[in-house]
Amino acid sequence: MTRSTTNGQRPPVGDWATDWDHLDPRWRNDPYPIWDELRSTCPIAHTRRFMGAYLPTRYEDVRAIAYDTERFSSRRVIVRDYRLDPPPSTPPITADPPEHKALKQILLPLFVPGEIAKIEPQTRRLCNELIDKFMSEGRCDAAQQYSRNVPVRVIATMLGVPKDDGDLFIRWIHEILEVGIKNEEIMRDGMDAMNRYLAAEIEKRKDAPRDDLITKVVSGKINGERLTDELALGMLRLLLAAGIDTTWSAIGAALWHLARVPQDAKRLVAEPDLMSTAIEEFLRAYAPVTMAREVVKCAEINGHPIEAGNMVLLAFPAANRDPAMFPDADRVIIDRKENRHAAFSLGIHRCIGSNLARMELTVAVQEWLKRIPDFCLDPARPVTWSEGTVRGPRSVPILFGKAAC
Amino acid sequence: MSSMKVHVDPDKCQGHNRCKVLAPELFELDGYGNAKEIGHGSVPPGLEEKAELARANCPEWAIGIVEE
Repeated sequence: MTRSTTNGQRPPVGDWATDWDHLDPRWRNDPYPIWDELRSTCPIAHTRRFMGAYLPTRYEDVRAIAYDTERFSSRRVIVRDYRLDPPPSTPPITADPPEHKALKQILLPLFVPGEIAKIEPQTRRLCNELIDKFMSEGRCDAAQQYSRNVPVRVIATMLGVPKDDGDLFIRWIHEILEVGIKNEEIMRDGMDAMNRYLAAEIEKRKDAPRDDLITKVVSGKINGERLTDELALGMLRLLLAAGIDTTWSAIGAALWHLARVPQDAKRLVAEPDLMSTAIEEFLRAYAPVTMAREVVKCAEINGHPIEAGNMVLLAFPAANRDPAMFPDADRVIIDRKENRHAAFSLGIHRCIGSNLARMELTVAVQEWLKRIPDFCLDPARPVTWSEGTVRGPRSVPILFGKAAC
Repeated sequence: MSSMKVHVDPDKCQGHNRCKVLAPELFELDGYGNAKEIGHGSVPPGLEEKAELARANCPEWAIGIVEE
């Protein structure tokens, strides 16, 4: 077993084409120029960090790899400094064909648009309750006081656990997916705590089923057979981990954009029918999520040899900025008509929660604009960003009302 | 007069739900959220633009349009 000790001592990146590192502060603060440069000079970059990993930045290449489940396995979906054996299992996202399909079909009916529509009214209420808390102050942190609290409370309600446990979930995700990329001990602590919590919830449902997601997963069947406890636990780990910092990041980035580009906020207030294309454009331009694959058979992508044993960081956010796929890729165009963005992945691992995320993002922006149509960034305080697998703003200081710029 | 037909390739559709949002008159979802064309996919007059929009926003390139 490898114990990582690189925390805080990473050498800075010199050459992004041969030594890329998504934990470098330059990537965290502004990855777009890095991806643009790589796309035109070295579209499939490599690094010896993370025990070897590729970074494709062209849409076409990201798509080809996402579709090639034979050579690019999902058994590992996070690029870390170390490799765990066996890797943590969160099916179906960590499953490959042929097992993947039946596992995904257990979850898909729980996240179809009709199911998500049922929780929209409560999501609207939640957004307004959050705004009530800072409305009279004329200032807030849109990431910490608003965006952060929407998805975690919605998924807690769906799972059937107390909403107030949300802070715990956010801590575990931070430990597993952010700090845990370079510190195995912290990752294991987060994972153990999450496992204990979910295992206890599973036991409660066995004695007394409820109308919630945990019960539905625990009673899920494949070919008439109940899921093993281990599979059910893995799927619940996914449901708990996948929909929190991801959507938090998407909502935060949308509000960050609207604070910096007030003409877009004004236009959305005046033309609410544009909301749907605007949300897709925010998802394209500020896609928060990267996933990874493990190369299990040597491959060739666009003439570039890909060696087995490496990881691949599937940077969907970089694919979404590829000018070969999206005209004016670096401009945010809120009425963009054609938008086949990859924010929710492509191929069989399309995000199960995409309907939920879109609903939360739409409702959170709509309710914000209803209450706070005029707002700007607070020039006195910095915007900060998360690091690692999911990138989004973790502090967005906002002034509004009389305090606005 | 030419007529337009839409078709969702079930092997390509991954349930992104963009077509159903953009052209609910033309597409429906199954219990897993995967899309198919309503009926035989005939696009009634006036909905051609919505059909084009649905096609152009499918992340999996699963929607085909034929003009007869």
